[in-house]
Amino acid sequence: MKTKSLTLAAAATLAMIGAAEARDQIRIVGSSTVFPFSTAVAEQFGKSSSFSTPVVESTGTGGGMKLFCSGVGEDHPDVTNASRRMKKSEFENCAKKGIGITEVKIGFDGIVIANAKKGPDLDLSLEQLFLALAKEIPQGGKLIANPNKMWSDIDPSLPKTKIEVLGPPPTSGTRDAFVEIAMEGGCKTLAGAKELGLKKKACHAVREDGSFIEAGENDNLIVQKLEANPAAFGIFGFSFLDQNSDKVKGASIAGTPPEFEEIAAGNYPISRSLFFYVKQQHVGVIPGIKEFVTEFTSENAWGEDGYLVDKGLIPLPDADRAAMATQAQGLAPLSM
Amino acid sequence: MTDLATPPRATSRPNLSTARLKRRYRAETRFRIYGIAAIATALLMLAFLLGSIIHKGAGAFMQTEMSLSVPLKVAELDPEGTRDPVVLSKANYRKIVRTALRERFPEVSGRKNTRELAKIISSGSDLTLRNFVLENPERIGSDATLWFKTSADIDQLSKGNIPRDVPEADRRVSDKQIAWFDQLNSAGETRLSFNTTFFTSGDSREPEQAGVWGAVVGTALTLIVTLILSFPIGVMSAVYLEEFAPKNRWTDLIEVNINNLAAVPSIVFGLLGLAVFLNFFGLPRSAPLVGGLVLALMTLPTVIIAARAAMSSVPPSIREAALGVGASPLQTVTHHVLPLAMPGILTGTIIGMARALGETAPLLMIGMVAFIVDIPRGFTDAATVLPVQVFLWADAPERAFVERTSAAIMVLLAFLILMNLAAVLLRRKFERRW
Repeated sequence: MKTKSLTLAAAATLAMIGAAEARDQIRIVGSSTVFPFSTAVAEQFGKSSSFSTPVVESTGTGGGMKLFCSGVGEDHPDVTNASRRMKKSEFENCAKKGIGITEVKIGFDGIVIANAKKGPDLDLSLEQLFLALAKEIPQGGKLIANPNKMWSDIDPSLPKTKIEVLGPPPTSGTRDAFVEIAMEGGCKTLAGAKELGLKKKACHAVREDGSFIEAGENDNLIVQKLEANPAAFGIFGFSFLDQNSDKVKGASIAGTPPEFEEIAAGNYPISRSLFFYVKQQHVGVIPGIKEFVTEFTSENAWGEDGYLVDKGLIPLPDADRAAMATQAQGLAPLSM
Repeated sequence: MTDLATPPRATSRPNLSTARLKRRYRAETRFRIYGIAAIATALLMLAFLLGSIIHKGAGAFMQTEMSLSVPLKVAELDPEGTRDPVVLSKANYRKIVRTALRERFPEVSGRKNTRELAKIISSGSDLTLRNFVLENPERIGSDATLWFKTSADIDQLSKGNIPRDVPEADRRVSDKQIAWFDQLNSAGETRLSFNTTFFTSGDSREPEQAGVWGAVVGTALTLIVTLILSFPIGVMSAVYLEEFAPKNRWTDLIEVNINNLAAVPSIVFGLLGLAVFLNFFGLPRSAPLVGGLVLALMTLPTVIIAARAAMSSVPPSIREAALGVGASPLQTVTHHVLPLAMPGILTGTIIGMARALGETAPLLMIGMVAFIVDIPRGFTDAATVLPVQVFLWADAPERAFVERTSAAIMVLLAFLILMNLAAVLLRRKFERRW
């Protein structure tokens, strides 16, 4: 008897499959760097409006773009977060599925090179950073595998410790931004690099001989590892440095320390913009998208005294913010 | 028979000298000591694990609160005097709380200082006040003294998790904030109260407002789907394979496959779930329904194997007796074999469910590893489960999430103990001896 009733119940569950109800929650996917900001806005939005709280998944920028561009309809996410600008190829993929996009730039994030509080203070130029982490560097008129083992091999003024840098894997947006800004930036100014074919993409290759260690997407873990190993450096977003300022400190880049004011003013060289993208076809279909965008772009959230700044976001300059807010709330279409 | 006929021989006893005897006794004692040592080590490890979790997490069940007198001005809350809840809920409670806080510390001036002051109270205080006003609209026009949660950093300070004796730059709270808190403390305006929020609310980005209830409900919904699917299907397969199926190459092949499936890593089931349930059937992402389906696939082999073992341990004499008095094979199974095998089947099911309870990997693929604030209300609502909640909090940068992570583990363990208790009770009910 019991088995019979259980079987019936199972059949009923299976029958529910066809009858999944319409979605009333905004679904957000994308970058783990934007995740803390996106979740904070989602929570605030859920509390202060009559809409349900959006569901935020942290899938990484690339993974988010894939899900976002997979189609129109309630099975697909409405918003994707990105710690870099949408690539042309991704935009085209989206366009192929007939997806109209609104781009919203929400602020900046500095990428910091940090080490434990008890470790040495470091001031690196982008060039030195490139020489420390590149797979191949120019020497004596040709490209050779990176021979630098100690920081002092690059410049005698740097500490005599082994180069040991923990960083994010290639799937991460932080890694993309780091190689584009820091590695490419250092490579550009390096004498003789261009003639040997080291430009743009060729500068992005990171050494694989153990000096650069891929530490996974979990920035908390990198902070813990740095604490345990004062000789090592880690690459992660500014918000983690901000939250763990009692454990780790950031190295200055070209004389500029990774501090809030310096990044906001654009003086700190390794900073990137953070974005989110809205699927226009879902506006008005999934309730609350327009209101969510309004909440995200309100002064209360992304302003200089907003709650996102408490979470570690570095806001856009005042004028840009006002312009971006109008553009976002008007759902201006993105074209590339 | 012939043994009795032969004349008794002089029995030769082995020469057990006292030395050899002693050695044997010693060996036996040693063996027992090894056994006890093994158990003691296991218990010690368990005690260490539980001890460290409880030590770290116990703090999360208490929350520091501060009392604050808030003027409920008519002009700010309800200028038209309608007492309409819609109007009342739209007032700027954040501003009211901040003003009240500034009045409590009139000596604080300057934008930077007032910002710092605002950080000692939970950012959810406006909701506390709003709920109070909505419940007690008659209090509008007077002052109300309410208990507000302190912010997570101040809470950690009062619990001693943020050291006071390190330089100011090395900790999350400033010297000024410590002074303000101490001032409140010595005036008796703080208290440590039971953290009900932790058991009644969903996830939050603010540690002091975060709770496990959303994850508990999600877990329950997911496991209900898993149980409803895996138990009947598993038992039916086991009954057929054990009692009715002919023994041939095909059933052998099926048996080998079931045994193999029981050992497949769980992430594989997640990928299967993504491909089949989400992409092919178009089921909603992050739903307990899909989570339950995936976990049911994972649990099925365990249930089948356990059920078959339980049924094969029912003595054949019972089957023969039933058939002998004229029962059909179906009656034999449903009236005799299944009831007798039920305790074993239930044990196997509970083991499978316990494994499902602890899974995060397959749920990652179907979008259940997500930030979800709302408590799920049905099988197709977005939900997360307890182990995922533990995983997400372990990853959060805020320090107050450390103790909440351990507290969530305790809730997970309690859930597990409850499930096991249910299994033991059910087994007692069905157990029959022969």
